[in-house]
Order: sequence, then C-alpha cells, then structure tokens
Amino acid sequence: MTDAYIYDALRTPRGKGRKDGSLHELTSVRLSAQTLNAVKERNNLEGHAVEDVIWGNVTQVMEQGGCLARSAVLASDLDQSIPGLAINRFCASGMEAVNLAANQVKGGAGEAYIAGGVEMMGRVPMGSDGAAIAVDPSLAMDTYFVPQGISADIIATEYGFSRDQADALAVESQRRAAAAWEDNRFDKSVITVKDQNGLTILDRDEYMRPGTDMQSLGALNPSFQMMGEQMPGFDKIALMKYPHLEKIHHVHHAGNSSGIVDGAAAVLIGNKEFGEKYGLKPRARIKATSKIGTDPTIMLTGPVPVTEKIMADNGMNISDIDLFEVNEAFASVVLRFQQAFDVDPGLVNVNGGSIAMGHPLGATGAIIIGTLLDELERQDKELGLATLCIASGMGAATIIERV
Amino acid sequence: MTDFTMTKDAEGVATITWDVPGKSMNVMSFDGLGQLNDLIDDALADDAVKGIVITSGKDGSFAGGMDLNALGGMKAAAAAEGGEPAQGLFDGIMQMHGLLRKIELAGMDFKTKKGGKPVAAALPGTAAGIGLELPLATHRIFVSENPKAKYGLPEILVGIFPGAGGTTRMVRKLGAVAAAPLLLEGKMLDAKKAKGAGVIDEIAADPVAAAREWVLNGKPADLVKPWDAKGYKMPGGAPYHPAGFMNFVGASAMVNGKTQGAFPAAKALLSAVYEGALVDFDTALRIEARYFTSVMMNPSSEAMIRSLFVNKEALEKGAVRPAGVADQRVKKVGVLGAGMMGAGIALVSAQAGIEVVLVDRDQDAADRGKAYTEAYLDKGIKRGKGTPEKKEAMLGLITATPDLEQLKGCDLIVEAVFEDTGVKAEMTKKVEAIIPEDCIFASNTSTLPITELAKASSRPEQFIGIHFFSPVERMLLVEIIKGKETGDRAVAKALDYVRQIRKTPIVVNDARFFYANRCIIPYINEGARMITEGVPPQMVDHAAQQLGFPVGPVQLTDETSIDLGAKIARATKAAMGNAYPASAADDLIFWMEAEGRLGRKAKAGFFDYDEKGKRLGYWKGVQDKYPLAEETPELIEVQERLMFVQVLEAVRALEEGVLMDIREGDVGAILGWGFAPWSGGPLSWLDIIGTPYALERCEQLAATHGPRFEPPALLREMAEKGQSFYGRFGAKAAAA
Repeated sequence: MTDAYIYDALRTPRGKGRKDGSLHELTSVRLSAQTLNAVKERNNLEGHAVEDVIWGNVTQVMEQGGCLARSAVLASDLDQSIPGLAINRFCASGMEAVNLAANQVKGGAGEAYIAGGVEMMGRVPMGSDGAAIAVDPSLAMDTYFVPQGISADIIATEYGFSRDQADALAVESQRRAAAAWEDNRFDKSVITVKDQNGLTILDRDEYMRPGTDMQSLGALNPSFQMMGEQMPGFDKIALMKYPHLEKIHHVHHAGNSSGIVDGAAAVLIGNKEFGEKYGLKPRARIKATSKIGTDPTIMLTGPVPVTEKIMADNGMNISDIDLFEVNEAFASVVLRFQQAFDVDPGLVNVNGGSIAMGHPLGATGAIIIGTLLDELERQDKELGLATLCIASGMGAATIIERV
Repeated sequence: MTDFTMTKDAEGVATITWDVPGKSMNVMSFDGLGQLNDLIDDALADDAVKGIVITSGKDGSFAGGMDLNALGGMKAAAAAEGGEPAQGLFDGIMQMHGLLRKIELAGMDFKTKKGGKPVAAALPGTAAGIGLELPLATHRIFVSENPKAKYGLPEILVGIFPGAGGTTRMVRKLGAVAAAPLLLEGKMLDAKKAKGAGVIDEIAADPVAAAREWVLNGKPADLVKPWDAKGYKMPGGAPYHPAGFMNFVGASAMVNGKTQGAFPAAKALLSAVYEGALVDFDTALRIEARYFTSVMMNPSSEAMIRSLFVNKEALEKGAVRPAGVADQRVKKVGVLGAGMMGAGIALVSAQAGIEVVLVDRDQDAADRGKAYTEAYLDKGIKRGKGTPEKKEAMLGLITATPDLEQLKGCDLIVEAVFEDTGVKAEMTKKVEAIIPEDCIFASNTSTLPITELAKASSRPEQFIGIHFFSPVERMLLVEIIKGKETGDRAVAKALDYVRQIRKTPIVVNDARFFYANRCIIPYINEGARMITEGVPPQMVDHAAQQLGFPVGPVQLTDETSIDLGAKIARATKAAMGNAYPASAADDLIFWMEAEGRLGRKAKAGFFDYDEKGKRLGYWKGVQDKYPLAEETPELIEVQERLMFVQVLEAVRALEEGVLMDIREGDVGAILGWGFAPWSGGPLSWLDIIGTPYALERCEQLAATHGPRFEPPALLREMAEKGQSFYGRFGAKAAAA
C-alpha cells in the first residue's frame, strides 16, 4: 500500500478563549484561512496542490457552522477547486482529520491533503450546538450521561488518583511548557497570527501560567463538586453506573484541567510522488491510526483501549514507542494512561500539554501530532504515539514514524 | 348510564354537567367520553349556543380522574378483537386528544382564530388527572373557594403519567421547570396555590355563575391558547434554548438519580416533555400518546396500578373482612407501653378521633409517650398544618396514666410492651382482669408467635396480632395476625380499627415472623452475606436502590440496629435448634455486636457517624475481617440475590397458608418495606419475569449460593405449567 507522509505540521499560538484573549477579534474563518495559507506558503504549493482540506471543528454552529472547511478554503489562497470537508469527533476532530487524510492517501484517493482543525472557544462557546446525549431524556438516562468534569472525577475515583497527584501533573505541564518555549522548541511549528496589514496579533501561547506550584493550585475549589453532589446531582448517576464506588472524589479544577483557548492547526500529508513534485522532504510516515468507542459515563478512558487496539492491530508493543502525546483534557486522563501502561512519565507530553497551553477542541488532535513530531526530531527518536480521550466515550490514536 | 347532561338557557349558555350516578366523585370512562363528545358537537353546532360551561354535579369536587380499569380494558378489548393491544390503546388515547382538542379550538377557524365559542370550566372542588386535563383544554378555569379542594395530576404516583394532554398542556402553560413538581411528583395544589402557579385562572364564590358571565363576554382573542398563537415561546425556554438547555439536562439527571432508573413512567414522561417541546402542539400530543401507550404496555405500570391503586383500595375497603360481623369501630383504645411504638399508636388513634388510654409503669413514662403526640402536633402547626385548638382537642383524647384501672371502658387493647413472652403474658393476665368481657386484645409484637402469646389469654378467640411498622405515624401498612384460635370478630375489630386510622391492612396467619419480617430478615441477611464474600457494602446498597428500595440492606441493618438482628438470630436459633442453618450473615452480625458497632443508635455500625448521628461513610474496618474480593460481581447478580431471597419467602408464605391472598402479599411488601414499587410487589414481579425464568434462576442461584434459593414446590409446579400468580390466584382473590 502507498505510504502517507507528513511534510509539514504547523499551528497558531493559542489565545485565551475569552474577551481579553488576543485571538478573540478574529473570526474562525479568518484564523482557519491564515493557517491554510501558511501551509501553502511554507511549502511553495500551488493553489490546487491538495485533493481536499479536512477540517476538524467541534462546535459547528454560527460562524463555525455551514461547513466551515469550505468557507475556510474559499477565504484562503487555495483554489476553489479544492472542496473542504468539515468533521466532528469532538476533541479528536483534528486527529481524525489527519487520520482520514492519511488513509485516503494510503488508499490512493488523491496525492495530498491538508488536515487539521480550529476552535474559537471564546467566540463560539462549547456546548452551544446542543447535544442530544445531554438533554434527550431517553438517551441521557439510558447512557447515564454526566458532564466531562464528572467523568474525569470518576476516573480519579475508580483508579485511585488523589488531588495531589492531579495537581502535580498540572504543575509539571506548566513547567515543561515554559521550558519548551524558553528553549524555542515550538519554533518549527508555531506561526505568527497577523492582521490584514501584516501586523502581529499573537506569536506565543498566552494561556500558560509559568511558576504554577502545588500551593497555588491547592487554593482552587473543585469545579464539579456542586453539580455532582447538589444540583442536579450527577454523582448519583455516576454511582448508578459504578455502583461499587462509595462516592465520587472531586479532584479536578480549572488548574488541572485543559484550558479554554482559541487556536488552529494544520498538517500537510501526501504520498511520495507529491513530495517529489514539490521538492519536499517527508518528515514522518503515518504508520497507524485507530479509534474506538467506550463507556460514555466514565467517558474519557478511551486512550487506554485505543492504544491497546492500535498496538494489537499492528503487532506492536508499548515499549516500541519512544514518545507519547496524551491530550491533557484532565489530569486524570493522563494519569490513567501512565498507570495502565506503566510508562515513564518523562516520555509523556515532554513539552507540556493542554493543561498549560490550552485545548482548542477541534485543533488539538492536529497540534499534538505536530508537537510529537518536533520532539521526535529534537531527540532523534523514531516512533511516537498521540492519543486523545473523546466526549461521549471514544478514543483516537495515531502512530507516526520518522523517515 | 348518563354521566354528562346538558341544559341550554335563553341567554345562549350551554351548561354541561358531569355527574356519574352512584359515585361520590366523578370518574371518566370511555362511555362518558363518548357522551361528552356528543354534547360538545351539539353545542358547537347549535347557533343559539354562544358559550359552553362544563361543571360537575358533585358537591365539592369536579372529578377524581380516569377509571384506571377502563384504560386496562382498552388494551384487552383490542386484543380480544384480534388486534394489536398497543394500537387499541393508542387509538383510544388519540380519540381522547381529539375530543379535548375540539373543546380547545371550539369551532374556530384555525387560520384566522375566529368563530370559536368560549368554553369555561367551573369546578366546585377537587380536580385530579383527567378531571384537570379536561379543564386545561377549556379556555378558562374557575374554581370554588372550597379550601379542601385540590388540583393536580397525580398519575405518576401509580406508575403512569398524565396522558390526556395534561403533560403537553402543563409544560406549554407553565414551562418545564414550573410544571416539574406537578408532573413528576404528582403534587396537588389548593385553589390559592393553583392560581398562583397558573394552573387555574380564577377563584369564585360561585364558579358556575362566574364562568357563565365569562363565556357570554369572551372575545375571540381570549379563546386562543398561547401555543396556538403565532410566535409562541415556551416559558423558561425549550430544550435547545440557552436557558432551557441546562434545565433539561438537569431534569434527566435529577429524575434518573431520584428514581434510580427504576420507574419507567418518569422516564417516559420526561421524554414526552422533551420531544414534545421540539415540535408543534398537535405533534406533541401524538408524541405524548405514544409514550403514554408505551407506559400502559409496560407490565410494570399494569402491576403498579393493580397493587397501588386497585388492590390497595380494595384492602382498605375491607376486601378481606369476615362477612356478617357487625361494625367493630373502636371508641376507646388502651395502649400498653408508652415507648416509641406505643406513643405512635396513641398518636394515630387520637388523630382518628379515638379516645386513648396510654399506660406505662409510672406517670413520667406515660407522660413521655403522650408528649410525643404533642411534639408531633407542634411541628405540624409550625409548618402550617393544624391549629392550637385542634391540638388541644387531640391531646384531650389521650389519657396518660400508670393506672391499669383506667382501661375499664376500652373496647380494644393494643399491647406494645417489651418484646418478651413472659412480660407480655403477665400484662395480658393483669389487663384482662380489668377490661370488659368483649374487649379485643391485640399484641403489637413483631416477632413473637401470636398463638403462643394467646396462651396467656383467657379469651384466645379475642386475642390477635396488630403489627405496626415504625415510625407508626409515617408507615402506611398494618399487618394483622390471626392466631390459631383468633375469631372473626377480632379480625373485624382489627380491620375496622386500621380503617379508622387510615392505614392499609393485610391479614396473615400466624407463623415465625409473620409475613413482612419473614421477607425483610432474609433481605438484610443477604446483604450481610455479600459483605462476608467481599462485595463492597456500597454496591449492595446501590444495587437495592436501583431496584427501587428506599434503603439498601446494609443501611437498613444500621437503622434497625445490629443488636436487634443478633437478638432475633439467637432467639430463632434457640427456637429452631438443629434445624437452624449456620450462616455467614450471623457470624458477621455477632462480630459487629462484639465490636460494639450496634448501628446508628450507637453512632457506629456498618457506617461511621458524626456526633449528631449523620452518616459519614461506610466503616472500612469491616474489610479488616472480610477483605474485598478481587472481582466485583455483576450488578444484576447482586440485585437478583436481593430480590429472590425476599420473593421466595413470599412464595413460601403463600404455599404454607401464612399469606391467604396474593394481593396482600404484594400490597404489604410495597407499603411495609418499600419492596420495588415498580414491580407491583414480589408476586407481581414473578409474573413480570415469568415463573419459568424464575425457576431457572433460582436453581442457578441455589447451586452457586446455597439452598435458601431452592425453588419452593409451588413455584416449580407453576413454572412447569407456565402459570402466573395473578392468573392462578388473582381471580379468586378479587372475588373474595
């Protein structure tokens, strides 16, 4: 079968997802178009060079609705002959875009794709697209729906992670992200977001809080205790599904959960011929992709079974992998991954993650593939695995191999 | 029978009066619906009629609701005609919607909203179920000033939900949040509160006159319901409106958490509300009808209606009272022992207007018992229930005394002294020497055989067991126990007394632990056993809660106290000798007792407690002796053990003749100890799962967990013949 290679991976810096965030003034279409243009320019592509743009995006309403992918293509310097496909697999949308593109290339459906995604969380709030699973009684009751924060706390309770462990992971994420910026490790991938006059709007992740320590996190109240224990009482639902637990320990708060930010990311994927045509050197091969459905109540444990599946499907072992990116949606998600595979925490999220830098839902999957590739190159290692937990109980994973 | 009549007057008002012959309160039947439909057609077609008033011929009430038997009949009728029962139901419900919608639109042109005739409801009092759903379809509701009248939709309480448009109209009228207590809790409101909530429109001294006045002056705009007007928005927001979203998310969670998923009607109701809120009104009614049909088709709702409505009422009205015994209503009751039970019995008797002599060994002890009633009434007054005058009157009925001579004029004695055969025997003799010859003597024992206690009596045919549950004022069931020699008059006396104090009776024959405790004790023990096997205690309780039990067995053990459990185990062992099976549950209970962890009263048991007695969490110390197992069992395995261990006792009680009527077995279980109400009771549950499946599971459980799950011969026989309990015993019971 044809191999699918990554030729480039880039992202915007992540802006705070609120009124005073630097990217707040930009529309989703503009940020997306600028990201696509960066791929075209950096790689000297012609406007028709790729088969399609696959664009992940979770909250597909208002300016992010109406097939944002197509709008973004039309707003960009790419030709109108490139169509645009908007996809949503919640937090793994950006990764699913990459995986879809890679598998299209592998299957011979086109030479190259731009895959990635965007989320302007400060402009189009999470959840504003509604969700039957949360609100339709037949479904919500049958699936024991609880919000993600409760799910993250179920993980902590079920697998025995304390507040301190969760906070320690968050402190380390902040430390690593700060160190990575200090060491210019994101230089290859972060683009500068500019206005129509060429003036810089943002060139650096702005959500980070370097210097975060156990003491400052310890002062924060658990975010999901009220909705769990009082109104409307989601803990009762959690205990119906997990009746062997006595009560849910609420360990997550704003400081050890992923940040709400604006941002976009794109990956250029193509076959060998494509690289030769444009004189591009492949940076890595997309070795394997996978996805899985899991229990929707605990919801966020997907990285473990999807990793088991991708290993089994490809005859690999966890020890074959040199570096890991496990999206820091919540601290307990990463703690559970490390616990399940007994992997060295030093190999996981080497340059920090979503807790420190933020999690622009539709983009993150593509971001962490880029971050993983940069770090494999920096450390001169071969194999990396990126994985994310996904709302409603899913998981996705990608294995890349340097060439 | 004519349920509805119509008169037309010179001014052009057609007054439709609902007055079902031979009933104190109107109930809707399909026949009645047909009559109403014809009258509405007549009034709408008659040019001389300008407006319609719908009222009731009953004093102080409009209507109590739908005849629930008729609803069940609709299903049966469709099946009898060879049709699909669900189709029969659905069609019948849609027909009902058609009639109510016809009243609501009142002949108007839907586009211009013109040409309709004003229709008003004039309610002399209480309107429940379809008794309120019909008024909700009119254009304006007038109610009387009657302070006792209640308005609401209590369907959920018998396992269904308002299915004649009440769900859809109430939500559209009030919004989902405001409608929630009415629909989900079946809350009934008095006139003032109903007006405040927007359920009714006006309170009038003469509601018929006010309604007449209104229909004669009604403008076309007054007839258009908000949901039929352009630009209607649901109060509080529809599900995908930002304000409505969180309410709807919260509603599912709250209902699921509260019902523990054990009540299909609540879920169906909520689904009808949600799905209905997303579409136009007529489509919403169709959705409501489909969900209502699904609930009626669910064997659970049929069982709930049968036990909680039909059979409960039958038992309260004396279904098992011996025939031909004269009225035995109690005038003066003597209560022996002013402890917690005695004090409660005195309270509920005084509440029923019965004179009470409350006796204990000294004046202080007797006074403390009476003070219980006082404290209870004071609490009520604080919450706006009752008045100081009523309290004084009620306290005046209770004489607290150490003097047995005061029992002289009593016609019933309820003995509630220390649970010891000797103590009770002595008391019986002493009191019988004082009371009148024809006085009935009842013991409120929960564990001692009545036949044994009756030996102390010189009049064993007048000796009976009346077993109250604790707390007496809250628990709805009273278990009446016939000793070997107990006569019919004693049974009638006990039943008439229970009717006076407005509780539900069951009558059983004497045997160890009678009926209720016979089932509850194995339930508690099964929970204890599982702990010894290393099942997490919280899982045992959660499993029970998800079956609809109010309290899991582990928590229940703490509530009833561990030393009581130990005492019962020792006494049973002493009585049964070698026949008593060794049990891991006993080992655990004796160990807990030795550790001094006696339950809530000791602020230490299977739970840890704070100083105030609030539960803090399960005591982890139990796992020092009984460590958690490596593997946690499946929830269903835990649940089936908890169910079968009780249900098999019910079957054995029936087999042994302790239980004489399956209705009592089912009603008693739900009211007595909160047995999975959605199932309709233990025997109904066996009918739902089917006796063949029950037999198969019991055999498997017996093989894995021991002979207590061995199927009784009766169950085996019924499974082999493919019989159901209500099929085999139901008709005979209903005829009794």
